[in-house]
Amino acid sequence: MSLFSFAKKTFRGGVHPFEHKEMTENLAFEIMPDPPTVIVPLSQHIGKQATPIVKKGSVVSLGSVVAEPQGFVSIPIHSPVSGKVMNIHREPNTSGYPKDAIIIQTDTTIEGSEKFEPLNYETISGEAIRERVRIAGLVGQGGAAFPTFIKLSPPDGKKIDYVILNGCECEPYLTRDYRLMLEKSEDVVVGLNLIMKAVGVENGIIGIEDNKPEAIEKLKGVATRFKNIKVEVLETKYPQGAEKMLIRACVGREVPPGKLPMDAGVIVQNIGTATAIYDAVVKGEPQLYAALTVTGKGINSPKNLMVKVGTPLQEVLDYCGGVKEEAVKVIVGGPMMGIAQFDFSAPVMKATSGIVVLTKEEVNEHPETPCLKCGKCIEACPINLVPTKLSRYSQLERYEDAEDLNITSCMECGTCTFTCPANIPLVQWIRLGKQKVIELQKEKKTA
Amino acid sequence: MSTPTANPVYKLELTSSPHVHSRWNTKQAMWLVIISLLPPVVASVLFYGFYQLFVILVSVGVCVGTEALIKKARHKEVTISDGSAAITGLLLALILPPNFSLFFTAIGAIFAIAIGKEIFGGLGYNIFNPALVGRAFLQAAFPVAMTTWAIPNFSDAVSKATPLAAFKFEKITADLGAMFMGNISGSIGETSGLAVLLGGIFLIVIGVVNWRVPLAMVLGVIVFGGIFWLIDPSKYPNPFFHLLAGGFMFGAFYMATDWVTSPLTGKGMWMYGGGISLIIVVIRLFGGLPEGVMYAILFMNGFVPLINKYTKPRVFGEVK
Repeated sequence: MSLFSFAKKTFRGGVHPFEHKEMTENLAFEIMPDPPTVIVPLSQHIGKQATPIVKKGSVVSLGSVVAEPQGFVSIPIHSPVSGKVMNIHREPNTSGYPKDAIIIQTDTTIEGSEKFEPLNYETISGEAIRERVRIAGLVGQGGAAFPTFIKLSPPDGKKIDYVILNGCECEPYLTRDYRLMLEKSEDVVVGLNLIMKAVGVENGIIGIEDNKPEAIEKLKGVATRFKNIKVEVLETKYPQGAEKMLIRACVGREVPPGKLPMDAGVIVQNIGTATAIYDAVVKGEPQLYAALTVTGKGINSPKNLMVKVGTPLQEVLDYCGGVKEEAVKVIVGGPMMGIAQFDFSAPVMKATSGIVVLTKEEVNEHPETPCLKCGKCIEACPINLVPTKLSRYSQLERYEDAEDLNITSCMECGTCTFTCPANIPLVQWIRLGKQKVIELQKEKKTA
Repeated sequence: MSTPTANPVYKLELTSSPHVHSRWNTKQAMWLVIISLLPPVVASVLFYGFYQLFVILVSVGVCVGTEALIKKARHKEVTISDGSAAITGLLLALILPPNFSLFFTAIGAIFAIAIGKEIFGGLGYNIFNPALVGRAFLQAAFPVAMTTWAIPNFSDAVSKATPLAAFKFEKITADLGAMFMGNISGSIGETSGLAVLLGGIFLIVIGVVNWRVPLAMVLGVIVFGGIFWLIDPSKYPNPFFHLLAGGFMFGAFYMATDWVTSPLTGKGMWMYGGGISLIIVVIRLFGGLPEGVMYAILFMNGFVPLINKYTKPRVFGEVK
């Protein structure tokens, strides 16, 4: 494949999973009605969890703050519905680990909602954008859920040259970024413009894979109205949406191991983040909805949905006609990096991008055989690691050898496991080994 | 607090990501290699007659049987359906001289699987290409039978000598066109450059074989063979003769590209392919034997663990 890949901008390595986007790519977003109960986790982001400012029995209105940030890397949480606080309690979470959450029973008789003052995006200052993004509780939509306002505040001395908007949606099945780009093209581009203003950057790029020609057309049209915003068409390949890969593809820079995109003079944001910033600044809305794709051959009617944050997965699955009997996996996120779920009472969170229900046939599992040293994992690894050796070292608990081969640089994209003809769970072993190596490094530091 | 709707009972799998897998699996890759070997098989029958089919069948049958027996004896799962033993059998038969004794074929096949592969632990663990191990054994045990050639069906030649032997001992250069089609003396599956190229390109296009090893070998033999040819064209053959002679093409596309016994990284593959070509040229021009592909590949197989150790790819973003 690398023989013929000189045509479009991209990165080295990667794989081409079956896209399966046809199930939902032509379905417009539906707004799902409020569920009877929402479970609002206090931590929907990386960093310290927020501190609740309501109590059991408190009456809350739509959009009101129910938890305040604690420390710098933290954000406020707003009530996604009007209703009554039933409890504050440890609840199941899509991450697999239970988390503290505020449980609110929806009550439509409670009137009123809280919003911010809408601001003019043409005259607003960078400072005002950052503050609005912070109080609106925005988090990155890429999965890691880093508080957005921090990403908009690069430390002094870091010169940022580009803001890149990630329109790749390289995860198979998911179409919510695609639908956002089509249905909210204006918001996406204005949102990018706001990010550029907040960071004080001249150049904005929207990177889109070439399997989304309509979105490319549409955004190119809107982008002509703005100076310095261009749409970059990229080859369709997983994991193009990974920050480091996207930066390499769009501007040809490589982020060094262990460093952040800022160190290469770039800030990457997601499509969903851009539209959320638009909503927060121009409409004055805090982040109450998660835009997500519910799809896979195991769900009865796939949809693109706007779902209130805190809606239990079960409610969403039921709204989409329920899970079929032949379903074997329910994944939150995409099939390449998402997390398999076992408790459907876990709620949708701000950064939830999709629920994928897979059947046995889609999972395509084969028995594991010995490593044939074919080198496909090495060819595919976008970070240029040697997955077969790393996974072997991890199995043998040879953590120092694994460290020498840069196991900590692995971003766990799963490309190696996907491509392995011997069906060895490479990234799974590497994930384990990476954890151990990081633990050992910490021990060494404290010793 | 639970959700209002009671959870129905689902039977769900809870493995960690990724949750989907490519179309690749070991068995399928092996069967694709077997399919890709059809052109050389057809060529061998075409040029040397139906008897060659018996050699192929015996070789495949004995290889598969030996593997099954050894797995059984070691109380391991019998994995003959993965097709790897059948490939070894096919490859071994195709690098034998025409009309080879079926008994000797069977001995070579047993040796290839037992000593070339299973003694190391089976598929994935062997260091040397099993088919070449089998052939090397036959070469040592039955040197006369292994160098008894035949005149191919469509040739009006009078000498049974292979082009390499003819060049080495009589300084006769064979016609390159005949060598490409396969109308020359040699091992049954190796003589037709065209048939090997067909199968080899198929393997590269579908992604079973990494293009770097064959390309490194082809470029290597052109460069190393070319240097000597430029030094003295009357004494050394031109590089395209090297390319089409003996087992070079077969070795480049089917033998050196064996997943298990070739290097892991791109850089390693270039070194390995180039190294094989250098050794081939040296053996052919200065060694006692007319042909050197088999020993060159086996020799470089031995270096693969070392090559793997010292060709660590540059980690993304790392500045050296």
